[in-house]
Amino acid sequence: MKRQLVLENGEVFIGKSFGSEEEKMGEVVFNTGMTGYQEIMSDPSYCGQIVTMTYPLIGNYGINRDDFESITPSIHGLIVKEAAFYPSHFRSNLTLDEWLKQHDIPGLQGIDTRKLTRMIRENGTLKGKLCPMDVNVETVISELKETTLMTDQVSQVSTKNRFFNPGSKERIVLMDFGVKKGIVKDLVSEGYDVVVVPYNTTAEEIRSIHPDGIVLSNGPGDPTDVPEAIETVKNLIGFVPMFGICLGHQLLALACGAKTVKMKFGHRGSNHPVKDLRTGQITITSQNHGYTVDPESLLDTELEITHINVNDGSVEGFRHVEEPAFSVQYHPEASPGPEDAKGLFKEFKTMLQERATREETTHA
Amino acid sequence: MPKRQDVKKILVIGSGPIIIGQAAEFDYAGTQACQALMEEGFEVVLVNSNPATIMTDETVADRVYIEPLTLDFVSRIIRQEQPDGLLATLGGQTGLNLAVELAESGILEEYNVQLLGTNLDAIQMAEDREQFRTLMNELNEPVPPSDIIHSLEEAKRFVEEIGFPVIVRPAYTLGGTGGGLVYNDDQLREIVTGGLHQSPVNQCLIEKSIAGFKEIEYEVMRDGNDQAIVVCNMENIDPVGIHTGDSIVVAPSQTMTDREYQILRNSSLKIIRALGIEGGCNVQFALDPHSENYFIIEVNPRVSRSSALASKATGYPIAKLSAKIAVGYHLDECKNPITLTTYASFEPALDYVVTKIPRWPFDKFDAANRKLGTQMKATGEVMAIGRNLPESLLKAIRSTEVDLDHLRFQTKKILSHEELRNRLVHADDERIILVAEAFRLGYDIEELHSMTKIDRFFLYEISRIIVLEKEIVHQQWNEETLRDAKSYGFSDPEIASLLQSTVEEVEAFRKKHNINPVYKMVDTCASEFASETPYYYGTYEDENESVLTKKPSVLVLGSGPIRIGQGIEFDYATVHTVKAIQEAGYEAIIINNNPETVSTDFQISDKLYFEPLTVEDVMHVIEHEQPMGVIVQFGGQTALNLASDLENRGVKLLGTSLENMDRAEDRDKFEQTLLQLEIPQPEGKTATSVSESIDIANGIGYPVLVRPSYVLGGRAMEIVYNEKDLLKYMDRAVKVNEKHPVLIDRYLFGKEIEVDAISDGETVVIPGIMEHIERAGVHSGDSIAVYPTQNISKKLKKQLVDYTIRMARGFQIIGLLNIQFVIHRDELYVLEVNPRSSRTVPFLSKITGINMANLATRAILGQSLANQGFKTGCLPEPDIVSVKVPVFSFAKLRSVDITLGPEMKSTGEVMGRDYTLEKALYKGLIASGMKIPTHGSVLFTMADKDKEEAMILARRFHRIGYKLLATEGTARRIQEENIPVTVVSKIGGETPDMLDVIEGGQVQFIINTLTKGKQPARDGFRIRREAVERGIVCMTSMDTAEALLRVIETITFSAEAIGSPAKKELARV
Repeated sequence: MKRQLVLENGEVFIGKSFGSEEEKMGEVVFNTGMTGYQEIMSDPSYCGQIVTMTYPLIGNYGINRDDFESITPSIHGLIVKEAAFYPSHFRSNLTLDEWLKQHDIPGLQGIDTRKLTRMIRENGTLKGKLCPMDVNVETVISELKETTLMTDQVSQVSTKNRFFNPGSKERIVLMDFGVKKGIVKDLVSEGYDVVVVPYNTTAEEIRSIHPDGIVLSNGPGDPTDVPEAIETVKNLIGFVPMFGICLGHQLLALACGAKTVKMKFGHRGSNHPVKDLRTGQITITSQNHGYTVDPESLLDTELEITHINVNDGSVEGFRHVEEPAFSVQYHPEASPGPEDAKGLFKEFKTMLQERATREETTHA
Repeated sequence: MPKRQDVKKILVIGSGPIIIGQAAEFDYAGTQACQALMEEGFEVVLVNSNPATIMTDETVADRVYIEPLTLDFVSRIIRQEQPDGLLATLGGQTGLNLAVELAESGILEEYNVQLLGTNLDAIQMAEDREQFRTLMNELNEPVPPSDIIHSLEEAKRFVEEIGFPVIVRPAYTLGGTGGGLVYNDDQLREIVTGGLHQSPVNQCLIEKSIAGFKEIEYEVMRDGNDQAIVVCNMENIDPVGIHTGDSIVVAPSQTMTDREYQILRNSSLKIIRALGIEGGCNVQFALDPHSENYFIIEVNPRVSRSSALASKATGYPIAKLSAKIAVGYHLDECKNPITLTTYASFEPALDYVVTKIPRWPFDKFDAANRKLGTQMKATGEVMAIGRNLPESLLKAIRSTEVDLDHLRFQTKKILSHEELRNRLVHADDERIILVAEAFRLGYDIEELHSMTKIDRFFLYEISRIIVLEKEIVHQQWNEETLRDAKSYGFSDPEIASLLQSTVEEVEAFRKKHNINPVYKMVDTCASEFASETPYYYGTYEDENESVLTKKPSVLVLGSGPIRIGQGIEFDYATVHTVKAIQEAGYEAIIINNNPETVSTDFQISDKLYFEPLTVEDVMHVIEHEQPMGVIVQFGGQTALNLASDLENRGVKLLGTSLENMDRAEDRDKFEQTLLQLEIPQPEGKTATSVSESIDIANGIGYPVLVRPSYVLGGRAMEIVYNEKDLLKYMDRAVKVNEKHPVLIDRYLFGKEIEVDAISDGETVVIPGIMEHIERAGVHSGDSIAVYPTQNISKKLKKQLVDYTIRMARGFQIIGLLNIQFVIHRDELYVLEVNPRSSRTVPFLSKITGINMANLATRAILGQSLANQGFKTGCLPEPDIVSVKVPVFSFAKLRSVDITLGPEMKSTGEVMGRDYTLEKALYKGLIASGMKIPTHGSVLFTMADKDKEEAMILARRFHRIGYKLLATEGTARRIQEENIPVTVVSKIGGETPDMLDVIEGGQVQFIINTLTKGKQPARDGFRIRREAVERGIVCMTSMDTAEALLRVIETITFSAEAIGSPAKKELARV
């Protein structure tokens, strides 16, 4: 059956439908990863977005039980050149189509996804709607123009209740702004006692958990949409070592007085080169963000840039010059994407240990 | 770190002749490397023995040596040039092996030459099976249970423990030469014995077979700052068990989850770091389809065939960046040459599917064993790009130029289920088509998966093609269906045949409904960043990205995959044409589909279309680009075959007109033209039926030379001695009819001469006349060519020049032409005229300094030769002698007869150049891989007709101290000459028989003219094959033997008693 993507700039892409029949609106973005569609579709950071995969064949290895980044996916649509209806993999238990249907996510295939990607590259991300063929396109376009993008994604995807992943080592509070399972998994595998808390948990509440460290998770949307979290972070800087990832990184910047700006079309993919300014080393990273920290705005803060993007020079990481806090714009947990940046978890661990040693000395 | 300051002058080693397992990809890699180094201001000295390459053009490096790639000759160059650095990782296995030899000899140390890029220890660690396995164990990287063996006994012991099947891989050999999959004791004996012999270190790896696993490759790069990236990964459609060079490969991988992708990515980066590779590297994995377990199959610590493919598949120039890394740069300091805005330190993202299909030489070698295994047999490959798998696959299929428009045999073959099953289980070159056939016969994915072990994903993709075929037939001219068909890569001819219609009707329907391809850019980044790269592929979608410029353009058709008869020489000419077009102020557009070559480097032309070379695909580009004309004479037979169809569609052909080309190719018109020009040719006629052929042969008198018209490389050409053989030939080799006539000529015995010339219709420039060592009857591509001629009288030479000029004018040649003559009893006859670029163009261009392709292109574009400063006539000949020596890949092709004849068998060539013929020959023969010991034994097994002539050779061998061995008949004749000889019995006779003698390594040379023919059972055949397996020089032409003898005579001394009775005999020599 035919289905169309209507964009706010008046462009229409007609293709074939798959997945759910639902009509959905969202910010149309693209991801250049060639593998990892299951992780991408279930990554809460895509909440409210319609994701275009630039690699044309999606669904080849099906959907399996293990590779989800969240329990409930929050993307508003998936656009591919060709969806595989006959997946082949020993771990596969669903087709892409079946899974999208199960989660009420509409899909569109058979369109010129490269044309769409180039359009987004030129125009910046666009509001769009996946709809059936019988809608009035003009009406949809004006509807799209009038609509402002949602601002409450974090509250939608963050955990409602605190939950525990017990471990025998340091206690880590993980602030969930839409955390990927990969981050939890990496922290748990270190042996930490991980306490995942909702995005709007206050600094007081967190202090009362007596953490040894705090991790600020990734998440969807504009960081300025969650002022309460900025406040919490501000209060906790210096309390214990802090490590921010993606949205967590932007929140740390805002908490320190820097600014964030919306990017034209963001960074979404598994091949973004990042340079560590301290070592000069390049790491290939997994990324997914539409906002970035304004480097100018960092000048008046206590944050020092540690990582930049090799291609566009954008800020990819910084650290606090006085307090044990650092963050990166990209995803050390990968899932999907290259695992070259896993070392950052080690860096966090070292920070925890140093802090512990210092405290022991102070107490002694 | 920026560029190294301690190195100023760099010696780059090329890869030598084209052989199976080492083809044009190293010309591409070497050329890129030299250019990159020159760009950086280094002084570059290049050595390569292969004259057909772009890299040996004098402009590619500061100084180019075309010399044998041996320790001896390269050491000489090092002494002379005293370079500071040596770059060997771009010259394939040949370059690496030579670098190891040079280092071990101490010369690098003596002259303080630093090895650039990956260091020797790393190379050895990766290449030496034992060291590699130890390293993998240290890294905790899994390798299949295996053992290094040095004898058959050790192999047997391993098998007792592990069990069959096992894979045997000889150490340090190219393309897996001598290896194979082994299921039983007999095979074990055969392959292990052969493999140990093939290995220069007498070492084989024997390992547990993991056949059926997914075969995955990663192309990785690392710089001196320990930064490592993956350029591309690839998945073989054919699972483990078939050499990757013989496998159909797609990029990127299709059936791996991100988790698996990262597991293998991590593993390959760990390995490249542990080895300390600086540059490109290839890691091959076997991945269990039922778990996430994997094994490392092998690591190539250098650029390779796969890296050339990866470069073309992604746009990321691995060789160029490897060279930059070798001189100190880091990845983040190098701009990505595609986007020019991003850096080389990223991993390309593809938004299309790439398919590579090998091109095998089985159309030439009908007796060859077509089964595919761990030993590579393909001579070349094609690549295609599409937005879905069927499109990519079908485009690749029709690029291979084996008469396929689709996954379907051209002529319907009736296969029994048994045969079908057998060929699906034991893969040969046609398996992919058989899979399609099986689907058509109703087999399902599960059945085919259990037989082929091909992943279900790929089988499903193929089954979609079959489903669509049925739909096309069922729906009959449905617009939507045909749109789908085109986007799945169906060709117009296939659609026409499904609809029982004509190509013209399909075309008209398409145009009416506006079903036309658009062109998308290959940009390394899935369009995330703006790119300017003019590298395109066609697909059926909405947006076209190939923007037309205002500049008038000229389209050049490339030569497609490397095959026997059409090698890298045509790519050389194509590249020069492109340059000449640009110099003349036009935009040069190229269409080609060979990922190995220089011509498909996107920096060569103004626009590169990576497309199949079929009429339809070429017309699409022409319709889009509207070039002012098309040049077909540089792309070999591939391009020439398209000429008439293109002209019929209103395309303007530049250069020699179609009519005149046809006059040269069409037998009758050719005869008439020569008659008019008063130039003699061997008597001959065209037959369109079997009975006609017999009448013609009887009229002319045997022996006759028979061949189908319009072929290159003498395919299916034979000398036939009687009617019985003629009938056999007509039955076996050709399907003769009105459309496919067979040419029958009188076979003239004599010296063969080859001339290349350039003509603008008025002025005719002849850069040189070449003489062949082997007499007429041996294909010119398989003959040793000598320039300048050594034995041609002034009078004949004058006549040659005169005939050439007359023919160039008579055929109204605009551009290049190549003529083959034979001198029979002091009379000159024309054998053939080729109105196109030839195999000898690069050879002659390089030794005469005349850039023939450039001159010809300028002439084609309207600049007269006079205007370019040339006069009609033959250029003066130099003192220095150059020889072109053919190189064969017989070791890779079991059961192929190595006898030289009218059908071409060589895969490549080398050049020898020095002040005397003997010295030049010595270099040429050495460069071709021949071992020339100065003493030893020669085995003679001669046909009766050759015995007389052989006595001269026997005496001369004896005179320089060689021991003679011969079979009974030949021995008796030698004894009659009073020359001592040892009699060896025929195969199966008293021991030691001939095979024992050869197997025992008791002979150094074999001269064999016995029982020529294609029957593998014959003795002569077995001897020749045995020689190949043992790496012993076996000559089937007396002329080659004589040439070799002359060389040995000049490097040794004769021992002759005073007043010897042989004196009288000597006078005869």
